[in-house]
Amino acid sequence: MIRPRTWMLVAIMLLLAAVPPIAALFAQPFYLDLLRRVMIFAIAAVSLNLILGYGGMVSFGHAAYLGIGAYAVGVLAYHGIDNGWLQWAVAIGASALVAAAIGSISVRTSGIYFIMITLAFTQMLYYLGISIEEYGGDDGMRLGVRSQFTGLIDLNDPTAFYYLVFAILVLFLYLTHRLVNSRFGLVLQAVRSNEARTRAIGFSPYPYRLAAFVISGAMCGLAGALLVNQTAYLTPEFMNWTRSGELMFMVILGGIATTAGPLLGAAALLLLEDVLQGSSLLPKWVNDHWQLYLGVILILVVLFARRGLAGLLPGRERND
Amino acid sequence: MTEPLLETRGLRKTFGALRATDHVDFDVRAGETHAVIGPNGAGKTTFIKQLSGELRPDSGRVRFAGEDITTLSVPRRSHKGLARSFQITSIYRDFSALDNVALAVQAHAGHSFRFWRKAREDAALREPARAILDKVGLVARADVIAANLAHGEQRQLEIAMALATQPRLLLLDEPVAGMGTDESQRMIEFLAGLKGDKTIVLVEHDMDAVFSLADRISVLVYGRIIATGTPAEIRANAGVRAAYLGEDA
Repeated sequence: MIRPRTWMLVAIMLLLAAVPPIAALFAQPFYLDLLRRVMIFAIAAVSLNLILGYGGMVSFGHAAYLGIGAYAVGVLAYHGIDNGWLQWAVAIGASALVAAAIGSISVRTSGIYFIMITLAFTQMLYYLGISIEEYGGDDGMRLGVRSQFTGLIDLNDPTAFYYLVFAILVLFLYLTHRLVNSRFGLVLQAVRSNEARTRAIGFSPYPYRLAAFVISGAMCGLAGALLVNQTAYLTPEFMNWTRSGELMFMVILGGIATTAGPLLGAAALLLLEDVLQGSSLLPKWVNDHWQLYLGVILILVVLFARRGLAGLLPGRERND
Repeated sequence: MTEPLLETRGLRKTFGALRATDHVDFDVRAGETHAVIGPNGAGKTTFIKQLSGELRPDSGRVRFAGEDITTLSVPRRSHKGLARSFQITSIYRDFSALDNVALAVQAHAGHSFRFWRKAREDAALREPARAILDKVGLVARADVIAANLAHGEQRQLEIAMALATQPRLLLLDEPVAGMGTDESQRMIEFLAGLKGDKTIVLVEHDMDAVFSLADRISVLVYGRIIATGTPAEIRANAGVRAAYLGEDA
């Protein structure tokens, strides 16, 4: 049986799929760009939701993998290697490696210590990015050419790039859905729910939590590779702690440990930001102080939609 | 004489100046139900945690099935055949009753680095889990979210999870704690049905439960075992009466 929830998610995805022709019809390419950006952040939020939502690991350093993915593409391109397959493989591989290193230490901890350790590692990477003058240091650098997938897809074509991001988002939503309902996913959720009980029935939580942390980092690394192609610009700001906070907010706003949550959260945050900041329909005093109004809206959502935006959808989230 | 299934020798655990476990020698024979009783603060929980692996003793050894397990972790001991229920109900509250037991089955069905197949549709996990729920009398409640089960049902679920690991020894920490008279009577009957089939270490305050279930009783006072014997011997033991049963009996 297909539940109302699933229908809602399908409807949202159909809507996203319809954006390019509609944007073309109204000659508004800007929206193509905006929603592509939304989807890239949704991919990052989906990856964070895997450990934060299902694993109960509150990573306050997830922007690290956005940065690593972006730097993998940017640095290779800078040295003249523009093959997209290679760039993205390095983005994913390097993110997985760094996640394995950070995870091997942080996953042993929990609660506030986990938050602080993940934050600290990401700040280290952020300052590393700032300090490397070769790659633009503080200012960052332009991405000369987008990742090349000769004969397959041209990322300079906004619509083609859009559908590629869309396809990756669909793939990741489905992969996550399979993962969290597999044996592996149930162990992950069991540890979040009751670690002492999970150990008592015979599971050692550490390898499962670490594996989830690495998978999540690798997924987010690909989001970073997409992001740098989106902005055509590389900056250490991708790894700033405020960016990690935004990712966390997308997950919490959308509804932790839900399939659609990260997508809803990313869309809500970025679209609200855009509307409040730029809409000429709103009074100027809103446009000028948009962060204030965004903050008020976010507080209201958190207060009144305790299970996030996904909690407002019909039906109950059942992972089965 | 056959070797005991579980034994401790010279087990010691101190917290600062408090000797919570004080040179405890303790034997559990295969097949018996061995109760550990003692007044509040006698160190029962500290003792059982050293059996389950949650606490490391300062000195002394724990042997299980002929093997020294003193330094083994909780999950490793679970795989050796030691299962534990908790004094304060410890279940997965947001999972269904069947999910709870199926997870315990899964923990003993090889590694869980399986990322694709839906675990909730895996008959190899669900069917044994359902059979165990049936055994504890919860099968009609299989799909109820554990948080919504009655307190007594949650205690039964916890024992079902312990049984699902196919243990050789069950460590039950106050299984009738917080139960009403009817509920605790049902639990005692259920545990009586397990007797003989499973080796059980029962830590319990409820004297009805202890005296109707135990083959042998050890009395723990201030971290030391002051007597071990059959229920009749313990009842007759003057030292025990003075230290513990006195105000009750």
